Amino acid sequence: MSIDQNTAAKVAKLARIKVEDDALPALAQEFNNILGFIEQLNEVDVEGVEPMTSVTPMRLKRREDVVTDGGMADTVMSNAPDAREGFFAVPKVVE
Amino acid sequence: MTDLNKMTLADARNNLRAGEITSVELTEACLDAVDAADALNAFVHNTPELALEQAQAADVRLAEGDAPSMCGLPLGIKDLFCTKGVPSQAASAILNGFKPEYESTVSQNLFDAGAVMLGKLNMDEFAMGSSNETSTYGDVINPWRRGNDAIPLTPGGSSGGSASAVAADLCLAATGTDTGGSIRQPAAFAGITGIKPTYGRCSRWGIIAFASSLDQAGPMTKTVRDSAIMLEAMCGHDAKDSTSADIPVPNFEAMLTGDVRGKVIGIPKEYRMNGMPAEIEQLWADGTAMLKDAGAEIRDITLPHTKYALPAYYVIAPAEASSNLARYDGVRYGHRATLEAGDGITEMYEKTRAEGFGPEVQRRVMIGTYVLSAGFYDAYYNRARRVRALIKKDFEDVFAAGVDAILTPATPSAAFGLGEMKDADPVQMYLNDVFTVTVNLAGLPGISIPAGLDAQGLPLGLQLIGKPWEEGDLLNTAYALENAAGFVAKPQKWW
Repeated sequence: MSIDQNTAAKVAKLARIKVEDDALPALAQEFNNILGFIEQLNEVDVEGVEPMTSVTPMRLKRREDVVTDGGMADTVMSNAPDAREGFFAVPKVVE
Repeated sequence: MTDLNKMTLADARNNLRAGEITSVELTEACLDAVDAADALNAFVHNTPELALEQAQAADVRLAEGDAPSMCGLPLGIKDLFCTKGVPSQAASAILNGFKPEYESTVSQNLFDAGAVMLGKLNMDEFAMGSSNETSTYGDVINPWRRGNDAIPLTPGGSSGGSASAVAADLCLAATGTDTGGSIRQPAAFAGITGIKPTYGRCSRWGIIAFASSLDQAGPMTKTVRDSAIMLEAMCGHDAKDSTSADIPVPNFEAMLTGDVRGKVIGIPKEYRMNGMPAEIEQLWADGTAMLKDAGAEIRDITLPHTKYALPAYYVIAPAEASSNLARYDGVRYGHRATLEAGDGITEMYEKTRAEGFGPEVQRRVMIGTYVLSAGFYDAYYNRARRVRALIKKDFEDVFAAGVDAILTPATPSAAFGLGEMKDADPVQMYLNDVFTVTVNLAGLPGISIPAGLDAQGLPLGLQLIGKPWEEGDLLNTAYALENAAGFVAKPQKWW
């Protein structure tokens, strides 16, 4: 499996990271090196092995479905780059 | 009394309780040491006012005879832990200016136990790195040098600031986190002790997430006893982390007897790698002989899937990172790129993340995105999770056969020069974690302790791996090894 520049551009787009066109060849090469390393996993016989989901066998705890916290809009927004009148502000998303 | 900052947690605790010293004196000694150590670049956000306030409060508690386990002990806190009102940015530019409105459970547990925070410690960006060269604050310098050679060495990573600060006696101990070896590798490079507990022992709540199924916090200290004291204070069930274990935390320090007679120590043949330096090979053999002399039974074991741990890790960790780091979108906190006229929300995301994330973080987020993308999910991600199950089974098999702990080298080399790996393939850097990453994949406890010096005078570490939830037994075995190794070397002060 080899990654070309188009695939690298597509991955960058999916990850929402802007990559300039002239940086794509080097990026594609890095992906290929790392994926080449990962390819070793194909040597392992994984027939009948379930993908691991949890390191310790545990049942996730449950709790009552009730509000436990809240009512602190100012605190929640205190670190926002642009907050106005109790809202997070972003560029226009709907025409 | 001079050099209070050079004390261990245990000695300082005993002296505080006996009224020989005060927490304010101890804290001031550490703050002075921090101020004089800018050259190491270990502390990146200093909190002297908070530290003195906490120290005064601790002195009141001590005077009243109400001194919990960490009362008055000054610590450094890795920048990955959210600390209320204090910058916490995972050494990333994307969290520039971020001051959490809440306290991580682990740092809160330490404060509840009376600990004092001196400031936040440098690290690799989002804990992604093995040399502390990916930080937005710049490289951390290891206090150790190759003899009189002034070439700056890495303290390892990602908890490089923690390792450097403890080794240089800037603080009595520090918090670290470990996703693939980020406590144990820097501990080995800096000649200190570091333990990653069983997955679920320490709450992950309020620790900036890298790979959630692998991340664990742990202490980085000067001795095994100090690790036992501090780990106990950090652990405990937390309803805010659904993977936090609801089981009692024992008194780890009380389990340090140094008696390992009859314990079975496994030596895994797969960890004997081609090209391993002879000094590491020798250190491992010496450590094995020490445990044997102490009455342990040494047994050759096999962990057949070891070779596949690193490639499995470099699928699973980036996959989880790509999901966890999706939250950095320039909306709720941290950096937002300056936009040009006509830029919409997609441009805002893309520019913000390109500016805010460094190259290694971008690389891992994109690799993670790729292995999770339609058409590759089964071939990469699910296959890696299957291999992970086999790696875990390797350990379960040897423990079921009666092995109590496993002894390995902590790292494949001593600390290397900063910049030496700059032109290397990223995969070369990943090999630093070859002995530690299996432990994260299997969720086991692992401890690195300093056991010797190489020919250039740099510390080398050994790793012990224990059974799930058996940190007490593991610490005791490490204590026996520490006693036998008698490592007392300290870096020559040059900073």
